[in-house]
Amino acid sequence: MLIKTVFAGFGGQGVMSMGLNLAQAAMMEGRYVTYLPAYGAEVRGGTANCTVSVSDEEIASPVASSPAFVVALNQPSMIKFQNKIQSGGIFFLNSSLIKEPLLRGDIEIVQVPANAAAEDMGSVKSANMIMLGAFIKKSNLVNLQTLIDALAVALKGNKKLIAINKNALTAGYELV
Amino acid sequence: MTGNAAIAEAAIRAGCRCYFGYPITPQNELTEYMAAHLSRREGCAFIQAESEISAVNMVYGASVAGARAMTSSSSPGISLKQEGISYLAACQLPSVIVNMSRGGPGLGSISASQSDYFQSTRGGGHGDYRTIVLAPASVQELADLTRRAFELADKYLIPVIILGDGMLGQMMEPVEFKHEAPSALPVRAGALRGAKGRHSRFVRTFTSNPAELEEVNWSLFRRYQLIQKQEASCENYLTEDAALVVTAFGIAARIAKGAIKQARALGLRVGMFRPVTLWPFPSEQLKELSKRAKYFLDFEMNMGQMIDDVRLALEGGGDVSFYGRPGGVIPNPTEVLRVITRVYHQKGLNQ
Repeated sequence: MLIKTVFAGFGGQGVMSMGLNLAQAAMMEGRYVTYLPAYGAEVRGGTANCTVSVSDEEIASPVASSPAFVVALNQPSMIKFQNKIQSGGIFFLNSSLIKEPLLRGDIEIVQVPANAAAEDMGSVKSANMIMLGAFIKKSNLVNLQTLIDALAVALKGNKKLIAINKNALTAGYELV
Repeated sequence: MTGNAAIAEAAIRAGCRCYFGYPITPQNELTEYMAAHLSRREGCAFIQAESEISAVNMVYGASVAGARAMTSSSSPGISLKQEGISYLAACQLPSVIVNMSRGGPGLGSISASQSDYFQSTRGGGHGDYRTIVLAPASVQELADLTRRAFELADKYLIPVIILGDGMLGQMMEPVEFKHEAPSALPVRAGALRGAKGRHSRFVRTFTSNPAELEEVNWSLFRRYQLIQKQEASCENYLTEDAALVVTAFGIAARIAKGAIKQARALGLRVGMFRPVTLWPFPSEQLKELSKRAKYFLDFEMNMGQMIDDVRLALEGGGDVSFYGRPGGVIPNPTEVLRVITRVYHQKGLNQ
């Protein structure tokens, strides 16, 4: 089964980290995986996104025509990807920043107040990991524990950061 | 691992001792990796040069002295290196040049593109020369072909170009390295390392006597013929029963593969022919394939460059359609599927 997920937001929100952690975790679970980043070099704080493909067999194209899952951290990303997500797919929205209603009725919507939850935990910077925790709960793409184990690679063993991110992942997982 | 980092690691494991580069998006991870890893190794050199031109000429110097050496850049930077590549070809110096290409012409865009096919395969510099051109399509293949590039360069005393693109360079996939870095490589015959106890040797690009230069060109030409005979390679994907064959290289071949999987699910008999070496182009293999497939769809992320080689290989023996997206736009598999379906029906292959 080939599943493609797009993580999107503006630069600095940590969308690449979300994708990287998922890709790392999927690899650790022995799946085929590709990670494809896309961002402009021109504007600081401009939109950024990445596509992560996870499969049980060799992945032909790392590009997603219509992803099964989209995780949008801000309003422009929701607008950009609302027509691309496949029918029956799941759209994860950071409801702290996305207020506009969605125009489609054929997809499932999961609202996650990620910024608010992150602020409650002490830093808005954790919003991405809260979203990722919620995403994993609903999508079942990898195990939460693998994702936590994968943090050690991305954060190069920094114990303090691993603890903060682990808490955020778990909080997000329990939020939905 | 990113594709760029995979090239760097594979190069180190292939015994690359010298890397010279100048930053440009989208290949900076390669230079960054070399800065972090090669510079720490005993007897190795990493230099961020003051320009692309000096970087390629540092490769010239390192290669003359017998070291495995590499430089990398992206399209506009590769244009600057062309003089140096022509000189490397003239002096028959093994060397590896990586082009993680981006949109052009001019400074273009930083997005992935395949618009440097002509430049890579036709000799972007002056003079009657060729370079081997390898076109990987996955991070694993980037690693494997980087090693192959160093081997081919040494075997044929020729500059080898690895033609990737910004997408391959920045995307991540799992990768396995099958070899450890060698402690020391044998010194290449002909390397200049001091003339103590022997007659002095010359490595030069200027030959004032035309008759002598003609001899040089003949000897190069004979070697190119040998390379064409021995080194052309390709991948055939579902071509056994294909009524329509997509021809594509590099990352475009990955996108096409996604489309072909979808086409097969719809019952269309579609396959793919992917050249792994762009020069030498696997003409014989494509010609052979055209004995059972008559219809071809060339797909590139440019406005039609490899299609010339496809047509030359087919010698009029096939019907070739084209689809391309230039400028750094990344087409998606569904878009390519629509083109495949259209061509399939236009040519009456569904009958």
